[in-house]
Order: sequence, then C-alpha cells, then structure tokens
Amino acid sequence: MTTVIRSPKLPARGSRRAGIFGGRMTPWLFLVVPLAFLIVLTYIPVANMFWYSVTSWDGLDPDKEFVGLGNYVEIITRPEIFQVFFVSLYYLVGAIAQLVLALFFATLLSFKTRFRNLFKGIIFFPYLINGVAIGLMFLYFFRPDGTLDAILGSLGVSDTPQWLGDSSVVNSSLAATSVWRYMGLNFVLFLGAIQSVPEEQYEAADIDGANSWHKFRFIILPSIRRILGLSFILAIAGALSAFEMPYIMTGGANGSETFVIQTVDTAFRFAKVGLASAMAVVLLAIVLIITAVQRMIFPDEKADEKAGTV
Amino acid sequence: MASPKLSVLVAIAAASTLVLTGCSAGSGGNQTGEPSGEITVLTNRTDIVDTVFQDYVIEFQKTYPDVSVKFEALTDYEGDTRIRLNSTDYGDVLLIPSTNLGKDQYAQFFEPLGDTAELSETYRFMNEASYEGTAYGLSTFGSAMGYVVNRDVWTEAGVTTPPTTEAEYLDALQAIKDVTGAIPNYTNYQDGWPLSSLLGNLGTADGPTARIDMTQDDAPWTEGNDIYKIDGLLYDTVAAGLVEADPVTSNWEESKNLLASGEVGSMILGSWAIAQMQDAAEKAGKPRDTIGFWPMPWQTDGEFTSVTASDKFLAVSRNSDNKNAANAWVTWFVDESGFAASQGAISPVISDPSPDTLSDFAELGVNYVELDADLAGEESLFQDIANESEITLGAEYRQEIIDVARGAQPGTKESFFADLNERWAAARVTLAE
Repeated sequence: MTTVIRSPKLPARGSRRAGIFGGRMTPWLFLVVPLAFLIVLTYIPVANMFWYSVTSWDGLDPDKEFVGLGNYVEIITRPEIFQVFFVSLYYLVGAIAQLVLALFFATLLSFKTRFRNLFKGIIFFPYLINGVAIGLMFLYFFRPDGTLDAILGSLGVSDTPQWLGDSSVVNSSLAATSVWRYMGLNFVLFLGAIQSVPEEQYEAADIDGANSWHKFRFIILPSIRRILGLSFILAIAGALSAFEMPYIMTGGANGSETFVIQTVDTAFRFAKVGLASAMAVVLLAIVLIITAVQRMIFPDEKADEKAGTV
Repeated sequence: MASPKLSVLVAIAAASTLVLTGCSAGSGGNQTGEPSGEITVLTNRTDIVDTVFQDYVIEFQKTYPDVSVKFEALTDYEGDTRIRLNSTDYGDVLLIPSTNLGKDQYAQFFEPLGDTAELSETYRFMNEASYEGTAYGLSTFGSAMGYVVNRDVWTEAGVTTPPTTEAEYLDALQAIKDVTGAIPNYTNYQDGWPLSSLLGNLGTADGPTARIDMTQDDAPWTEGNDIYKIDGLLYDTVAAGLVEADPVTSNWEESKNLLASGEVGSMILGSWAIAQMQDAAEKAGKPRDTIGFWPMPWQTDGEFTSVTASDKFLAVSRNSDNKNAANAWVTWFVDESGFAASQGAISPVISDPSPDTLSDFAELGVNYVELDADLAGEESLFQDIANESEITLGAEYRQEIIDVARGAQPGTKESFFADLNERWAAARVTLAE
C-alpha cells in the first residue's frame, strides 16, 4: 500500500565524507549568501538604528553625539508626535473592512462561480501595480470633476466633497485607496487557505443539511483561523505604519500625516536622524506589544490543531 | 557545536561585504597636470542628460580630448545625493544638495575651488556656496524672483501694469476671477517645491541682510518683515479664494498648460520658469510673448525690487580620484557651455549679457538685490534654526498656511504666525545653548 521512499543518502552517511568541509558544512555554505544579505541589510541597519536613537545625529556629520535617552524623552513630552496615531484609526477601520471584503470574495470565489478566474484576476491585479502609479492614478480619480465625481455625477450625485482637499474626508479617501490596493493580497491568502479544505467535508455537510452560511461558519472559518490571525496582526501593523499611499498622494499635507511620514520628515526634512530613529524604535515597540497582546487573547496553536482534525 | 561554525559564517559574510565595499576606494587617477581620465557627473536634469549634455561633452572634449565624461541623472536628486554623501561614492562632479546640508559641512564633502573674494570678481552668487571665505561651488545659473503671468488674462481683466501694492495685487486677482473666470493664482500645493521657492523673495523689501536679520529675530513673522509679506500674501490670496479650488490635487506639469491656455492667471516662481511656460504657450499655439514675468507687489521708494539667487552649485567631490579633470569640467561648464543662456536664466558669469526672458524687468526698471553672505561663524545658523524649529521654511508649513487659510484646518492668520514665531524663538534658544 505505501511505497517506501528510499533516500540514497541515508545508508551512505559517514562512509562518504567529501571535501575539506565535510558534508555537515554544505547546508551552511548554501546559506552564506542569504544570511549575508539578512545580516547586512536587516540586522546591521536595525542595530545602527538603535545606536542612532541615542544620538543627536543630523544624518551627515561624521560625529554622532551621544544624548542618552533624550530623544525618547522628547517623544513622550511632545504630544503632537503621538497625535498622528489618530490618523492610523482610519487605516485600521480600512484594514478591517479590507479583511472582511477579502474573506467575502475568497469564500464566494472558492465555490463554483461563473467567470471566477476573471474575478480572481480583477481582485488581485491592484496588488501588482506599482504604488507610485496607483498614487498618480488616484490623484486624478479623486480630483474635483475627476473620475469619481464623473461616475457619481452620472448616478445623479452632484454635491460631492473635495475627496483629498477636504480635511475631514482626505483620510477616508486615502484609506480606501489602500484597501483597494492591498485587498488582493489578503484575498489570495484566504483563497489558498479555503481551497485546502478537503471536498469531503462539504459533501458531509450537504448530507447533514447545512446551508452555505453553516458551511462558512463551521467549516471554512475554523480551517482558516491561523491565516486570519496572521492577517489581523499584519493589518494592525500595517495601519500603524501606513506610509506609501498618503506619502505619494498628499505627502502628509492637509492633516493626512501618519506616524511613518512624520518619522521620515523628521529624519530627512528636519535633519534629526537621532530623533527619527527613536520614533522608529517606539513604533517597533508598539507593534511588538500589540502582537503580543493579540497572541495572548487569541492563542491559536493548540486549539487550532484540535479543530483542524475534527 | 553549531556556534563556532556560525561565527565562521558571520566572519565570511562580513569579510565578503568588506571586499565588496572596498572596491570603490583604491584605483588611482591623476590629480595634477593635464586633465585626463574618466569623471562621473551627477545631475538632476534627467530630461536633457542624453541630448544637450552629450553635445556639451563633445564640445568639452575639443579642449580636453583626454577626459571622458559619464553622467548619472537622478530623478530624486536631493534625496539620493543626501544619502550618497554618507559614502565616498557620489561622483567626481556634483550639484551641492540644497536641503539640510550646512555650510560648515561643505569641507567634509567638497573640494575648495578658490578664494571667494577673488572668484566674486568673475562670478555671481559666490556667497551662497562659500564657507569662511573659501568657495566650494560655482553657480550653474541664477534666477530672479517674481510671478509668471498670462498677459491675455490680465489684459482681459483690465490690468496692464504690475500691481504696486498688496491691495492692488489682490484686487487685480479678484478682477481676473470675476471677469475672466480663470484661476487667478496657482499655488502648486501638491508638488510642494514651488511653495518652498517662495522663500526666494526674502530680501525684496528688507534688502540684502534679510536672511541674517531673521537669524537674529525672535519674531520674524511680524508685519513689515519680508517673511511676513511672503507668507501673509499667500494667506490672503488663499483666504480670498483666489487660488485653485482643490490645491491638494494640483499638478506642476499640468499647471504649465493651464497658464499657457489662460485657465490660470499667474504663478509665483523664479525667472527660470519663464522659458518652460513660453514653451508651453508655443505648444498651445500662442505666441511666446503671451507669458510675461512681473515683480512682486512690494515696492521700495516707488521702485520694484527682485531678489536674484543661484540655482544649484557645481562642486567637485572631495573623494574624487580625478580632481583635475573634475575641476576642468566645472570651469568649462560654467564659463563655456552656454547652459544658463539656454535656460533663459541669469548667467553666473558677470560679463555675460542679461537674458531676454527678463525684458519685462528691464522695461520696468526693476532693481536686483542679492542676499549678503552669512556672518562668519554663523554660516549654517539659518538652516539650523529652520531645522531645529521643524519649520524648515520649505513646502510643509506653507501647505499648512494654505490649509488654514482655506478653512480646511483650524486656526487664523494671527494664531498661525504666532506659533511660527514661538517655535522660531525656541529653536534660537536651543541652538544658543
């Protein structure tokens, strides 16, 4: 019934030691390049960031003056630095809407639907477009008498706000653009997870008389819990560090400044790389704390394995 | 067992990066004698690097046949070079980035080109790229400040001579709005840099010491000062609804066509912009003369004044392997290339004639003023206060002024300027410590 896959290496172990490094060094040799990239491009810059955050470096001077925790004290004592997190709330709401929509479409298109491959393509496509192109496209889309106003006009809605010019609307517009852009990624993740659910379970559910909602609630949702949890963490982190869309489209003007835009401005416009590094460290800490809390409230590992084998 | 091997691995990785980064150093070149070898020139002119600049190289090589010139055109010139200055690899010849680089830092990055006083006899704008009497850059071209106008629009609104006071200016813009329906003044809020360039008007009424005075003032945004005039006029123009309806979606490239076609009446810019606007007018099938250039409405003793300043400065990298050839390119580019004339701009060479684009100014008898050199020992003070206060005097705070003026953000003209003064004064205190 089962075929035994015989690995030719197993019996040969010990008897065949090739080269000066020996067989045990081989995997490490393969890892040299990726590890070198990881260390040079991730860990060294992060270590540098921690070091800069305790200096008053301006980004150019060869001398970096040590100021201790001065930058952190400044962050805590200046309320306007934290105020911009209110803007993140828009992106958080957007991110949740994005997860719900992605889940909805993923469920819908995991069943037999007409043109479903076309729809999959349409939903995923925005994720493939370059962010700058999207920014420019939506600048035209949102301008007065632009595409959006034209569409609404043809539906008889003429009294539209300035989508980016009105400071009470601008963040919603930008968050909506982000949703449009990133929903495709969540959608594909969910779709992949849903399609890994064995067909037999649906058949069994049909025999038991379950309707579509029951299938979603009792089969699909428990099966994709893990990926849902992961997406949720990514969504929160993404909302806190929203950057690309608002930076390209408004540059943070008109009350659309997010924490990361503020950090970038602090580093490169105000030449306060030390303070900006401290802000980046603070953001990192906040994201780590939220992730830890989230995992405490929804510990998924063990419960998930039990649910998965029902 | 794993840990010693891991450390070997880290050592290999570290060594390989050292080897990689080490490549850029070394390789010699000649520093004296007849210029020869290859130089790399960084430029922000992505639009003409493969056309006009290649012709320059051909001309240049007639004098210096042994020098080959390679260009690197950067779209985000300011941002990219600022980061590259941290390395030793930023070309042999480059434009000095204008943002955030203090003059006291010039010597770390650029080769001294000579004595400022001596060079000032031949070249304009030498003050701006000098530190302690030594020049580190030569101007590529200069501009006078003012506003480009579409003459047809202004004539239709009944205004044929430049307004001489702020009130007249605002009335004229109102007339344009009422009579022609055009957007009287376009801010270019979205692109930002046209707003930062408004700072170029500093000195129009206060004279050559305007910038130095600001560094000594705890409340520069006070009625009567130039910076108050610049930002106050912007506020009043926006508050009166005399700018584009939705500044946030404005677009620089489009603004040229809007001005050329008469949908926009005016834009406050440097004279470098005239040639581009005239090109746009030509494309729209109108005579180049449709576009005019008028001085700001702040007169002194019944006469107009316009501040002239340099665009970017050409400098030689301190880390260049071929400084001799790099110097030759800088001098040739400024003296011989005719780049400034081709841009319709003021030539950095004093003996060169004034450009046609400024014919309006010649007719009006506009006086030119150039800002004084910063005080010795305080060369970077202005920039330092601007950075420390986080006002930067760039686009961001003017975007905020526009937002307040059009009612998109809370505040008033008085409260906004009071806040600026407070931050400015606080930054001066911090820096004095």
